[in-house]
Amino acid sequence: MSDTSPKNGFNVVGTSPIRPDGLDKVTGRAQFADDFHLPNMLHGKILRSPHAHARILSIDTSAAEALPGVRAVVTGADFPAVRHELLNQGTAGVLNIREMSENCMAKDKVLYDGHALAAVAADNPHDAELAVNLIKVEYELLPPVMNVRAAMADDAPVIHEDFHPGGFIAPTEKYLPNASRLQLGNGDPEQGFAEADLVLEREYTAETIHQGYIESHVTTVTWDSNDYVTVWTATQGQFALRDHLADIIQVPISNINVVPLEIGGGFGGKERLYIDPVAAFLSKKSQCPVKIAMRRDEVFRATGPSSGTYIKLKFGVKQDGTLTAAHLHMAYEAGAYAGGPLFLGVMSATSRYNIPNIHIDGFDVIVNKPTMRPYRAPGAPQALFAVEQMIDELACELGMDPIEFRMKNLMRSGDRLVPGFPLAPIDTEKMMETVKAHPHYQAPLEGANRGRGLAYSIWFNIGEISSARMQVNPDGSVTLATASPDLSGTRISLAMQAAETLGIDVEQVSPTVSDTQSIGFSLPSVGSRTTYSTGAVVCEVAQEILKQMCERAVLLWETDAGQVSVENGVFSNKAEPGQTITFNELAARMFETGGPISHHRTGHTQSFIPGTAAHLVDVEVDPETGKVDILRYTVFQDVGKAVHPDYVEGQMQGAAVQGIGMALNEEYFYDDEGRLKNASLLDYRLPTSLDVPMLETVVLESPNPAHPFGVRGCGEISIAPPPAAIANAIYDAVGVRLYSMPMAPRKVCAAVKAAEPAKAA
Amino acid sequence: MPTVWIPKAMQTYTGGEETVEMEGRTVRRLIVALDETYPGLKDALMDGDKLKPGIAVAVNGQVSQLGHLQPLQEDNEVFFVPAIGGG
Repeated sequence: MSDTSPKNGFNVVGTSPIRPDGLDKVTGRAQFADDFHLPNMLHGKILRSPHAHARILSIDTSAAEALPGVRAVVTGADFPAVRHELLNQGTAGVLNIREMSENCMAKDKVLYDGHALAAVAADNPHDAELAVNLIKVEYELLPPVMNVRAAMADDAPVIHEDFHPGGFIAPTEKYLPNASRLQLGNGDPEQGFAEADLVLEREYTAETIHQGYIESHVTTVTWDSNDYVTVWTATQGQFALRDHLADIIQVPISNINVVPLEIGGGFGGKERLYIDPVAAFLSKKSQCPVKIAMRRDEVFRATGPSSGTYIKLKFGVKQDGTLTAAHLHMAYEAGAYAGGPLFLGVMSATSRYNIPNIHIDGFDVIVNKPTMRPYRAPGAPQALFAVEQMIDELACELGMDPIEFRMKNLMRSGDRLVPGFPLAPIDTEKMMETVKAHPHYQAPLEGANRGRGLAYSIWFNIGEISSARMQVNPDGSVTLATASPDLSGTRISLAMQAAETLGIDVEQVSPTVSDTQSIGFSLPSVGSRTTYSTGAVVCEVAQEILKQMCERAVLLWETDAGQVSVENGVFSNKAEPGQTITFNELAARMFETGGPISHHRTGHTQSFIPGTAAHLVDVEVDPETGKVDILRYTVFQDVGKAVHPDYVEGQMQGAAVQGIGMALNEEYFYDDEGRLKNASLLDYRLPTSLDVPMLETVVLESPNPAHPFGVRGCGEISIAPPPAAIANAIYDAVGVRLYSMPMAPRKVCAAVKAAEPAKAA
Repeated sequence: MPTVWIPKAMQTYTGGEETVEMEGRTVRRLIVALDETYPGLKDALMDGDKLKPGIAVAVNGQVSQLGHLQPLQEDNEVFFVPAIGGG
């Protein structure tokens, strides 16, 4: 066979070319979902519950239907009973389609402030809004359950008569009326605690937070007379949306085409549908295309935020710093329906330290809030806020350097993760050594109320299923299509991997994101998987393209298969030294050598690929106001191989900024009736450029053996360490531990004031 | 003979054993064999002839797309893990 394998040196990977979609985005020409219009398009608006928990007694839509300009009204009665309640997605988990449908449109009960009740399609958004306000609903109010501890209390109101506990390992039985349980562990914790010289127990809480993507959810749907449904929207996964939509609206999957448009941020929050089935039924009834655009308050109230948590830890350690035992009680809000990010929180909690005796009790807890959905390293920031503070506290108690303490217990390749299987290859020691040797760690930090904090994380890439299609054109250009929506510059990172493998310039590769009718199935752009997993499939497709082109050269040169090799885009005839042809020249002769050259592949890649990150932060605390200023911040991250170093750096910084936001400010405020009181970007305080200094980045590259170039996904992990790193820095600055996230000024101020009498004594 | 890592929540079936060795040409056959020695394990892991929704199989640390149909080698390590996700 011809030699088409990539060489050790890189020509394209590791450079930072300009992304092909960049100019259109900064000049307003890129087509986002709200820019999309069709002739005769109607506008949909949704009536949402003002109550957190109530039974629906009646819905009267007659006045809305009578309003001029109104073309259709739908309620839960228009949503058919699902054909099968549970959709088993194999290694991608299990979904409850009935609950997903009822989350889009309530039937018997509303389960959170903002739960959809009815929807109207009208000639314009104003008429639709007017009509929605004419719908009359009678409720029987029920007591809301607004946090995990209240939901797990003996006398807690029951939110669901029955529920399927979601995608957890057995036992999958309900544990409490509002909670299911996940247990993992190894060894004998009781024995481990008996061996410890020091045992600490602490409790930590975190509030509900939102991904805060700037683009709202917008969809346009047509349902034609042949029951073909087309959806134009911004989504992280067009295939997931298609399959879930098919189950909810009950048309064959092959009748649905989902066209992904540009996406203005997702962070996990756009991998699930909310308004698409509503627009579909409005379109079916009105026989017109229907667009629905969520307002910002609807996004906060009725999409998929990330869990508030209650975590209780007990850790045991020997005097020399060796961890002997740990017990973790981790309760994560699931929101209105079961299946929050519990497992990922559990997996990330301690999966970087060897703890021989460990027991984790995880609880997925139903509360009267929107259904929790993934948010960039789902569950990890909350878990690390607890565990990395505990690690810091133990090191302080023992008088050990925090890096030395971590090195003492550091998980290395091959060591066992909590579920039992070994950590895949990665150089964790190098990460710790790099942090320790860095000027930021070595530099003295002077001044009152200033402190330095560290946190360390391992997070896992999803691999699994991706598709790619490649076509060589006669002018030497290459069309690359994938099914992976581009959230973060992945079109260019995938084009670069194609160009590297083909040995051509990246400008020759035109990357696109395809609709569901035009390419094979792919999992969504989630789990730090696109550049890694889809990238690996793109490399495989490029290898096949080179193989086909070698066969064309064999024909041209009338030589034997195996005599043609290719390197850096130049094909050579081993039998005739000096006989060569370039990629472009060979492409130009494709029609005289057999016709078009193209290939499509749906491939699988490995999951549980680890990445590591350590964050180092210096803060200054104002003890009078509780305000925390970040003075210096360094993000260390092992990315395997940085395909596009500028965008890798952007991912590290962007994730860190989101982590800083959740550390210091972001939280949902509910009143006593369960109504969200800060459903706007004015009152839900996202960090701005004024809140953070320039974030330094240190990129480490220990290759991932599961990818031809050693790539690890890099999008998520750096959101996880900031809350813990900042908490540890606050302790270093003012000597108080903050056990509640966000560490907003009011909490910092209260903690400092509470500590003053103790300090004075 | 493949080595099976028993999840914490199922170690009640194995008398607290974390790992057991069991014959099985496929994951399904291995589970059936496990159930003969440790009754109840099959019902904990499978619905009929399929893995329960939400449970995945990892062999030597890699999640298998084939699930219960995954062929096994003598030196394989088998893990039952929750299905996965991300943001």
